[in-house]
Amino acid sequence: MTPLPTLPPGCRALLLRLGGERGFRRRLLELGLLPGTEVRIVRQVDVGGMVELDVRGCHLSLRQAEAAELLVQPLE
Amino acid sequence: MVAAGSTVPLVAIAGNPNTGKTTLFNRLTGLGQRVGNYPGVTVDRHTGHVDLSGRDVCLMDVPGCYSLSARSPEEQLAIQALCGLSDVERPAAVVVVVDATQLVRNLYLVLQVIEAGAPTVVALNMVDSLEGAGTQVNARALQRVLEVPVVETCARTGDGLQELKTAIESVLADPRKGKPGPRWAPDDPLLEADAAAVEEALPEAWAPEGESDLRRALALWALISVDEEDELQDVPGELREVVASRRRLARASGRDLDLEVVSGRYDWIQGHAPAFLREVGARRSWSERVDAVLLNAWLGFPIFLLIMGVLFQTLFTWSTPLIDGVDVAFGALAAGVHAAFPAGILRDFITEGLIAGVGSVLVFLPQILLLFLFLGLMEDSGYMARIAFVMDRGMKAVGLHGRAFIPLMSGFACAIPAILATRTMERRRDRVLVMMVVPLMTCSARLPVYTLIIGALFPVAAGAGLIDVQGGLMMGMYLFATTIALLAAGVLARTVLRGPKVPLILELPPYRRPQLRTVLRTMWEKGRVFVTEAGTVILACTVVLWLLLDFPRLPAERAAEFDRRVEAVQAEGLAETESDARLTALANERAAAQRYGSIAGHMGRALEPAIAPLGFDWKIGVGLIGSFAAREVFVATMGIVYGSGGGDDQAAVTSLRSKMKADLRADGRPVYTPLVGISLLVFFALACQCLSTVAVVKRETNGWRWPIFMLTYMTVLAWVVSFAVYQGGRLLGFV
Repeated sequence: MTPLPTLPPGCRALLLRLGGERGFRRRLLELGLLPGTEVRIVRQVDVGGMVELDVRGCHLSLRQAEAAELLVQPLE
Repeated sequence: MVAAGSTVPLVAIAGNPNTGKTTLFNRLTGLGQRVGNYPGVTVDRHTGHVDLSGRDVCLMDVPGCYSLSARSPEEQLAIQALCGLSDVERPAAVVVVVDATQLVRNLYLVLQVIEAGAPTVVALNMVDSLEGAGTQVNARALQRVLEVPVVETCARTGDGLQELKTAIESVLADPRKGKPGPRWAPDDPLLEADAAAVEEALPEAWAPEGESDLRRALALWALISVDEEDELQDVPGELREVVASRRRLARASGRDLDLEVVSGRYDWIQGHAPAFLREVGARRSWSERVDAVLLNAWLGFPIFLLIMGVLFQTLFTWSTPLIDGVDVAFGALAAGVHAAFPAGILRDFITEGLIAGVGSVLVFLPQILLLFLFLGLMEDSGYMARIAFVMDRGMKAVGLHGRAFIPLMSGFACAIPAILATRTMERRRDRVLVMMVVPLMTCSARLPVYTLIIGALFPVAAGAGLIDVQGGLMMGMYLFATTIALLAAGVLARTVLRGPKVPLILELPPYRRPQLRTVLRTMWEKGRVFVTEAGTVILACTVVLWLLLDFPRLPAERAAEFDRRVEAVQAEGLAETESDARLTALANERAAAQRYGSIAGHMGRALEPAIAPLGFDWKIGVGLIGSFAAREVFVATMGIVYGSGGGDDQAAVTSLRSKMKADLRADGRPVYTPLVGISLLVFFALACQCLSTVAVVKRETNGWRWPIFMLTYMTVLAWVVSFAVYQGGRLLGFV
């Protein structure tokens, strides 16, 4: 189990736990980021501190610092 | 705010952002739309009319949302509009526009709408993009599962529009066709008990006893929306208490209510998905390949700067001929009226008050329309979300987020469209913060003032390399103002507008070809808001200013003296050019004398003690009063005060410059030294001399608190910094 921003681009992972402030967490849940969902890291932009995910075909961007609340299991 | 009484049924159109909802709405309603406001918040409420086989139906566009849950008043609109809460009329049917390429996520909202007991029609949009997305959707199977009408549409081409209308018609005729009862209900007895308890505390006005579906939906809504930190409106204390106690109980036993409710719906969708959804192979979309360049760590920012540079360059070059056209047209109109009417107060009022006033409003319009053309293209193509992505870190440093960048940039053209553009930000606090600093950005109305002051006081250095002193000063003013604006944002974000740090969730929609219709409609709407909101203020101010500058009229004996001198010149029998020049000089002298004795002249002299420490004399004071309505009026006012005529053509400005240079104080020192010039530039950069901005902020924030705060802090800031510059400069030995 590892925080999502530690994964390299192109990596697929299973979302295990979702933390963070309530509104943030609820919005992510409602966007389909439920525990057990597969996500793909599309891009990590360290200069801008952003990470882009592909969740069920939808591209979402989060700040890396805030995405650390998402704990995932990399899939091989 | 219902268009035509209760006999016209109201149909709401809802959907996730980026589903083509607005395009579909525009297709259905055509040109006859109305833009109003939702009560209490400044979110546009678009309504329009549709003809369904001869029956008139009012269509209401609900702001795009991913779900009905909410924590801010803006998010709360969706549930209010769809369930008829807080004095919003309850729609007779709801069309949910669904992006077929992101079906699972979009169906979440569909389930919520069906749960709320609203007769529902699903518009399965973007079916034409399914192939690229690698999925297949069976609309008829989806209809069987949802038990509400499902219509395939393509908003861009208009395909499926007729079928959609037929479906709406059938649901209006028989609401049961779109009201199959909740698709999902809590099957966990604990969650069921929570929902039942919350239902008991719902206000009667939200849902009458008989409406069991609606009551259950609102109870679930409250369970996952209400908490100690929400900013929701009209939620009764009793309901809050019940929700809080159920949440406490759940937490104590290790349950997670948000997860239970959300995953309940998703489980239902996933469980039924095999019936209507087939994955036919993963793909890497071309949007992703474009983003590999546009969001690249090293290329993204330079490309973005390049796009911005080209955009603003175009904005200024394209608008110049249009602005000149407006100037020429109104000049000609004024001249025509001048020739047609007899001399007198009425003629002066029409030419110098009314026509000049309307002209000074319309002169801004080209830039505003072009700005919204570009903003619309960026929003509609999907690039706007990428800007937020690229700019987020920089903006976060000053307490803002990526979305704030565009309104700030727009401030370089004009503060008013920039303030209107803050509506793309969700949180009120963020919007207010941007509104407070946008007027510090160097808007185009400051340019003529800078040009006058810099041109009058600083020599044109011949061949001083790439940029001369004048160009350097102009660039310096842009840099200075932008720095101050960012600093001000940083300070305000840590003091008056302190707020919790809100995590950023940014959807990056696929790139799409912008819809010209949608973009043109936005331009039209924003242009209209500018003309009605800002225009009326500018017009009123121009008229008031004309009164202040022209009254009281010259005393009769002074006027008679000028008349005698005019006759004397005419009687001399000089050559025509010589005589004309003398007459113009006399007319200018007369205007200057008029201004000296006018109310504004008295105000300027009364103001002198307050502005003398900044190095300004009473004439500048009159100019400052004149520029209060709109900054560029400064040039014309100074022209009149200095008796060089009020025109802004080359000759008048050159003559004004030389007169300003030659002006001496009582002790023989020149009025305008470079130090005074810099002090004046700083004052213009920082002061809030734009009443229309104040008026628009008042409208957007629904009150006087923020506009008054803005006016106060900017004026104090301008005075203090100018004071520091002038007095500091003198201490250092400059004059």
